[in-house]
Amino acid sequence: MRALVAMSGGVDSSVAAALMIEQGYDVIGVTLKQWVGPGGAMPTAGCCTVSDAEDARRVAAQLDIPYYVLDYVDEFTAAVVEPFGAAYLAGRTPNPCIECNRKVRFTALLERTAAFDADVLVTGHHARVERDDTGWHLRTAVDGTKDQSYVLHMLGQEDLSKIRLPVGEMTKTEVRRRAAAMGLRTASKPDSQDICFVTSGDYRDFLAERFPETALPGPVVDSAGEVLGEHGGVTGFTIGQRRGLGIAVGEARYVIDIDPAERKVAVGTREELLSDGCLVGDVSFIAGSPPLQPDVTVKVRYRSTAIPATLQRAGDRWEVRFADPQPAPAPGQAAVFYDSERVLGGGTIEEVIRS
Amino acid sequence: MPYLDHAATTPMRDDVRAAMAPYHSERFGNPSGIHAAARIAKNAIEEARERIAAAIGAARPLEIVFTGGGTESDNLAVVGAALARNGGVVTTAVEHAAVLESARFLGRLGHEIVIVPVDSSGRVDPGDVVSAVTDRTAIVSVMTANNETGVIQPIGEVTRRIRSAGLPVTIHTDAVQAFASLPIRASDDGPDLITVSGHKIGGPKGIGFLFVRNGTELEPVIHGGGQELGRRSGTHDVAGIVGLAVAVEATVAERDRYAARVGAARDRFEHDLGSRIPIEVTAGEADRLVSHSHVRFPGIRAETLLVRLDLAGVAAAAGAACHSGAIATSHVLAAMGVAPDAAAESVRFSFGRDDDVAFGAEAARIVADVAGELS
Repeated sequence: MRALVAMSGGVDSSVAAALMIEQGYDVIGVTLKQWVGPGGAMPTAGCCTVSDAEDARRVAAQLDIPYYVLDYVDEFTAAVVEPFGAAYLAGRTPNPCIECNRKVRFTALLERTAAFDADVLVTGHHARVERDDTGWHLRTAVDGTKDQSYVLHMLGQEDLSKIRLPVGEMTKTEVRRRAAAMGLRTASKPDSQDICFVTSGDYRDFLAERFPETALPGPVVDSAGEVLGEHGGVTGFTIGQRRGLGIAVGEARYVIDIDPAERKVAVGTREELLSDGCLVGDVSFIAGSPPLQPDVTVKVRYRSTAIPATLQRAGDRWEVRFADPQPAPAPGQAAVFYDSERVLGGGTIEEVIRS
Repeated sequence: MPYLDHAATTPMRDDVRAAMAPYHSERFGNPSGIHAAARIAKNAIEEARERIAAAIGAARPLEIVFTGGGTESDNLAVVGAALARNGGVVTTAVEHAAVLESARFLGRLGHEIVIVPVDSSGRVDPGDVVSAVTDRTAIVSVMTANNETGVIQPIGEVTRRIRSAGLPVTIHTDAVQAFASLPIRASDDGPDLITVSGHKIGGPKGIGFLFVRNGTELEPVIHGGGQELGRRSGTHDVAGIVGLAVAVEATVAERDRYAARVGAARDRFEHDLGSRIPIEVTAGEADRLVSHSHVRFPGIRAETLLVRLDLAGVAAAAGAACHSGAIATSHVLAAMGVAPDAAAESVRFSFGRDDDVAFGAEAARIVADVAGELS
């Protein structure tokens, strides 16, 4: 049996590779080269950097497995980076990691898994893949604080039948302990949080450089349309944002709406931020079909708690109604539906529902 | 476990390794000193210089300048000549990056750069090269043979036509890939500058030489203690130079046998491979080095094939080696008008001095087996 392990150069995928070897697989390590820095080289900051790829290569050498860097720069740029800028210009707050998983990473890796004659694809994600007589399931990680099931919601039955996530069965502490015990160089490497193609540290600088129109100024208004100040570009804002609004008023104010056409950012009270749900597009379900019961829990941003909601079809989209009013989610982010620990599916938030 | 990537590098010859060994231990001196240890080292590099000069027919040993390899020789030739004469560069679209990037560097400094296109077989028209030369041109650089396709360039005719037109330009050729099989000679009517690399011919890595015809103006690109008559500063890699000389002499002595044996291996490989699966040999009708086989496998991604070959123990390459390990689009194939899709299905196999007909047949069998599983 042969396993293709996607190695990012981090501790999780390093341990994932080692665990597959322990399980008796012939393991191949790969890193997707998705982004190039100045001069066509791999970036030197953020994740997916030269040093990350170098760490992956060194771990692969230590584990004595073949290792390859695969070039997906063109695909990544077209499917992730360009839409990233376009989404901000449309007043949304995109999640490029999810777009990458959906449109590039898993497609590419599963295709390579078949092409390299491997039986399974392995990543270092913290989530669990399980099978019972109803099919394949995606569950939250054993380590709830590291759960990454949110970014994997687009996977389907065919995908999951080929995917193994061995570190999802372990706590992060256990992962690091295993890495240290095996002497892996990545054992104490910090977790990566950054967007891989934003190398300067601030996505706004990246956007301003690559999509200059995102840095055009516009008015900051209140819910009645009264101008309160000026901002330096709508990309600096996301729905629900409280800090950095550049206005001085007594009570706490939150971004409640972004109008990209007018480059207008509306702020309001916490009360005005509340919403009753959202409309979700591009929805897919892990099982291949919607759940029978409308009652679900939903995560509308990555590191948040799933909240009770109902799910109803609304044309080619799905309507999520929160059980209690919630601070408005940001269009562009993913809404991921859960039944307890099990991921049901998800999609992209397109509109906020108020009332 | 067939190794089919000799264009990337070759295993070191036993006689080279043996000759180098003393200079890694007891003969450790720096040739620039005034004591006995220095004299031993100095004597070794000068003897190596004489032997290389004799092997390639250079009139004077000091026409051999030791460098850190093919890339450095190309940099010294192109940048050195352009700076010395404060002029432009005429070169071809299929040169090694060491030449093309040196030219682009000069372009950024304000020198005039002309990149002459090639035809669909990868060959440059000598007339195009000559007509690109102006009174602002300092150097013309045309490789002897291409590192990816093995296509042989008409450097002899380019040189003749430039000379007979009385154009006062320096002529350089990168003979790194060609040296193993073609009669590279430093003749009076040949190029002024010739690049040769050690590790492509069974010598050590990190060493090479540039033949510099006596009287050729060259600005150094590495500055320091003035070694190599000021043309290349830095403490000599004495062991490397000794090893290089052995590799050059042996390569020249064995060249005819190499060409016959390796050519037979390559031809058998292409014949057998083509009889098993559909392939297109790049520039198959062109005059090519006997060692190179550049093959398109229609419908099979080169990246996939290379990985599957590697997993089967076969070493091959897609175009030139790239430092990140990922496969980059080949500028050579692009210059030949090969569509990107076709270029992405092309793999380079390159043979070495120990490969014979039986090896060619065995290599073809394994490659056909792996490719067959992918089609």
